[in-house]
Amino acid sequence: MRLGLPLRRRDIVCQQAVELVTDYLENALSAAGRRRFERHLADCPHCTEYLAQMRATIELAGQVTADDLTPQMQDEFIALYRQWQAASEGD
Amino acid sequence: MELLQRLRSGDEQAFVVLVRRYHDSMIRLASSFVPSRAVAEEVVQDTWIGVLRGIGGFEGRSSFRTWLFRILVNRARTAGARERRTVAIGDAGPAVDQSRFDAAGTWVAPPEQWIEDIDDRLRAGKLAHRIRSVIEELPARQREVVTLRDVEGLSSDEVCHVLEITDGNQRVLLHRGRSRVRQVLETEFGRA
Repeated sequence: MRLGLPLRRRDIVCQQAVELVTDYLENALSAAGRRRFERHLADCPHCTEYLAQMRATIELAGQVTADDLTPQMQDEFIALYRQWQAASEGD
Repeated sequence: MELLQRLRSGDEQAFVVLVRRYHDSMIRLASSFVPSRAVAEEVVQDTWIGVLRGIGGFEGRSSFRTWLFRILVNRARTAGARERRTVAIGDAGPAVDQSRFDAAGTWVAPPEQWIEDIDDRLRAGKLAHRIRSVIEELPARQREVVTLRDVEGLSSDEVCHVLEITDGNQRVLLHRGRSRVRQVLETEFGRA
């Protein structure tokens, strides 16, 4: 969403901005690319919201934790460990 | 890392803690190389045997996680007995469906709000279960990268090393994967 100003030739549109979000977050844009992206965000609340949502998505993924092992699986791993230990002591 | 010292000195409990900590991600990663859950579980067990054998010589030049996942991926590849196809960059479409933009590329159906609505649940970690199943449904290549980067917190260099992909491909897969997860969240929790 651009408010009033005429589009500069090298400006990006929303559809391009959403494809640059990861490169932006990964610091993979050129200095000029980064400026273009940030200029777009400054004028576009929707793309700003979109970027915030991508950040929230990353934060949510970071909260994923492992389900606990079932008792049976835990027993299997303990058996595996003891087997290995017995074998390595025999070396 | 204290756990590794304990593992080196033959502490069974340290082994169980490490297995528990990484099991989910290891299964998820192995599954994208092998045909069944059963084979993935074998690969994970096999990986831990490799870790136990190698831990004495592990010098910590890479992080333990990177080392662990690298062993896993190598074994999963062998078990999968197939060459991985090259990264199909075009296999996932755009980050946002193009029908949501007008001909000039401006939003006509802008992102629906959801961050504030789920904030409490997000803070309480209550959505973790849902996010995990969304990640599990991603295409294999995207699932691998999102798991290693965003769930396990590896750096992009570490992920490239583990999966033997270029930085550019890593970013493309990460972008597609994250975009897809975001879209699911919007669909489930968004309000226009």
